[in-house]
Amino acid sequence: MAPKKKDSNGFHPRIVVFACNWCSYAGADLAGVSRLQYPADIRVIRTMCSGRVNPAFILKAFKMGADGVLWTGCHFGDCHYMFGNYRAEENYQRLAKILDLLGIEKERYGLEWISAAEGQRWSRIINEFVENVQKLGPKKLGVKS
Amino acid sequence: MIAAGSGDRCRIGVFVCHCGRNIAGYLDTAAVADYARTLPGVVYVSENHYSCSEPGMKEIGRAIREEDLTRVVVAACTPRTHEPLFRKTCADADLNPYLFEFVNIREQCSWVHSKDRAAATCKAMDLVRMGVAKAALLEPAEAIQVEVTPAALIIGGGVAGMTAAVSLARRGFPVCLVERKQELGGRLHDLNLVYPVAEKADDLRDRLQKNVAKYEKIEVLTGAGVTAVNGFIGHFEVEIEQGKKKLSRTVGTIIVATGADVLVPEGMYGYDGHQVITQLELEAQLRAGTFAGESVAMIQCAGARNQERSYCSKICCFTALKNAMQLKTARPEMPLYILYRDLQTHGLKYEAFLNEAREKGIQFVRYSADDPPQVAGGVIRVRDLNLNRELTLAVDIVVLSTPLVPRHDTRELSHLLRVPVGENGFLLEAHAQLRPVEFATDGVYICGAALWPADISESIFQAQAAAAKAAIPMGQGLVSVEPITCQVRPELCRGCGLCEQICEFHAPGLTILQNGTRVAAINEVLCKGCGTCAAMCPTNAIVARQFTDRQLLSMLTTALRDWHAPAVKE
Ligand SMILES: Cc1cc2nc3c(=O)[nH]c(=O)nc-3n(C[C@H](O)[C@H](O)[C@H](O)COP(=O)(O)OP(=O)(O)OC[C@H]3O[C@@H](n4cnc5c(N)ncnc54)[C@H](O)[C@@H]3O)c2cc1C
Ligand code: SF4
Ligand code: SF4
Ligand code: SF4
Ligand code: FES
Repeated sequence: MAPKKKDSNGFHPRIVVFACNWCSYAGADLAGVSRLQYPADIRVIRTMCSGRVNPAFILKAFKMGADGVLWTGCHFGDCHYMFGNYRAEENYQRLAKILDLLGIEKERYGLEWISAAEGQRWSRIINEFVENVQKLGPKKLGVKS
Repeated sequence: MIAAGSGDRCRIGVFVCHCGRNIAGYLDTAAVADYARTLPGVVYVSENHYSCSEPGMKEIGRAIREEDLTRVVVAACTPRTHEPLFRKTCADADLNPYLFEFVNIREQCSWVHSKDRAAATCKAMDLVRMGVAKAALLEPAEAIQVEVTPAALIIGGGVAGMTAAVSLARRGFPVCLVERKQELGGRLHDLNLVYPVAEKADDLRDRLQKNVAKYEKIEVLTGAGVTAVNGFIGHFEVEIEQGKKKLSRTVGTIIVATGADVLVPEGMYGYDGHQVITQLELEAQLRAGTFAGESVAMIQCAGARNQERSYCSKICCFTALKNAMQLKTARPEMPLYILYRDLQTHGLKYEAFLNEAREKGIQFVRYSADDPPQVAGGVIRVRDLNLNRELTLAVDIVVLSTPLVPRHDTRELSHLLRVPVGENGFLLEAHAQLRPVEFATDGVYICGAALWPADISESIFQAQAAAAKAAIPMGQGLVSVEPITCQVRPELCRGCGLCEQICEFHAPGLTILQNGTRVAAINEVLCKGCGTCAAMCPTNAIVARQFTDRQLLSMLTTALRDWHAPAVKE
């Protein structure tokens, strides 16, 4: 995938990405091994499983001025711990309702399944996510510390 | 025993790796190192040409000792490949290996932002700061040692199960071999001849059965099924039902050898079990000597390599060749067609059979998946791609080569053993190249057609591999488990039981205290450390070691508070 030079109005969003050790983090590594370029506007936090991510972390991220937060893990059936990603999905659905009530645009958050073999998919998802957040501009809501 | 580093003092060392030009070529490592020096708790920073080389590791070890480091952060490639190495470097320098933190600035930075040096450098600084923030909060831990019961359970008594049983018994380990049917043998009971050695399936089965019977160490339970499995590597408690009898056994390892089903092609090509039959049914008739057809056409990939089942079942092409050659040898004048999409005759032997089949006058017709043969009233219409011509073949028997498919009860087994199922519905091994024939769950192994459509020789060598792997922990008597587990802080737990409900590994359990309050505790040997319970506990009573709330939140906070981005060029 070619590194797209985006019409970003010079805006570098702050995007936090949670990745699980066994699939999506490995997919991100594969994107690296394959030299698939994407914008440097993300900071990845690794957990063992997507189920480890507490929705409160994501609320906290937005509160601290994140422009976007992406939650990633293994496809259903692939979770190293069997069903951690099903829990993640349940928690995400609840979180999405709250974020919606807070008036945070849908493009600023997401839950994505990426396997260890899907370097392409990782890179595509990051490219698209960053681009969408760039289009929205900085998030206005939220307290900055 | 490795000390936690001196007291609670936090003296962090940061090592920024160049990886030759892999990192240093795309971001300013000197700037990253200078920046690291300004971070709270950091007392030592150095740049390494190759951190994982002998000199690189020596430098880390030296710095731990001479600079009295109590935490180590390496900013380099990825923890997925190099974390064990650097943990060991720390341990060798008498620093608890769990006081180490990895920062990924190669796979997830220099290699993916290689056209934007400024942005990559900013990101690497942030990632290092996040790593340092987590490192400051790391706590020492000890690998968990678990005793291993030197006995194995094998589920399924086909070729694979019997082979694995003998292989373990020969090493001196007791084996409990559980077979659902009344007799050992699996699919061999249904087959006629088995290729590539053209042995009678009955002879092979008898030989394997006799072999099993030779070993007193193998307890054979036929007409039996496993109803419950609890525990973990080294100590699985297994419940077995044999008729009305209920048995329990304790084993250290488990091998799954449950084989596969054969697709029944209901509704395909007019399948009726009489004029249109499967290869499996043909083999039964050949065995019994009841086959009476005068002319035969075989259709390959019946229900395979399509939308529903994308994989190649691998055994059907040579099975068709095998049975066609049987028929042709008995009656050389018999018209015999094999309609195929691609002929998969892998390996040394099967390709030779294909050439032999051609010489014997078997006719091969290539059809397209988009335009499959039409079967009606003993007549097949098919477009032959090789000749580019419509053919009309009149035959009395049509044989469908249907694929091996996951056993109908695979899901139940997957739940019983807590092992995953892959996209095609077969049980899924941990990693095809790095950890074949093992599940991600420690101490549980797999072989034969339960994993993937395998022929007999593959099933045999997988069975031997699984047995060899199971023998390792049983031979050592002890295994060590990563201390990435969860713990309950009883003072915060209000006994809601959610953790107990959601954990697939039955690690959390509630106990009732003398004063009647309920409180959860997590069995660390059962806990796999996914951390899901920690995310879901309503009172945040659960601490996920190595990934605590404090550690993750401090990474998050520092990332957002001091985010670096390259200056905007107008
Ligand atoms: C038509 C046909 C022709 C073939 N021809 C050849 C050939 O010529 N050459 C060749 O190499 N291969 C051939 N094969 C493939 C061969 O059958 C397999 O490679 C082989 O049987 C795999 O052995 P297995 O032990 O893994 O499975 P199986 O032979 O299927 O044995 C599995 C056993 O596990 C038992 N079981 C399943 N679930 C449970 C449970 N939950 N509890 C207890 N027991 C359980 C089953 O009852 C069975 O006995 C052919 C297959 C077919 C369908
Ligand atoms: S530690 Fe990793 S990044 Fe550093 S030299 Fe070795 S492979 Fe390269
Ligand atoms: S979920 Fe939390 S509060 Fe509930 S029982 Fe488990 S540890 Fe206690
Ligand atoms: S961390 Fe995962 S495996 Fe361990 S107790 Fe919690 S839910 Fe179960
Ligand atoms: S391990 Fe990736 S989602 Fe559970």
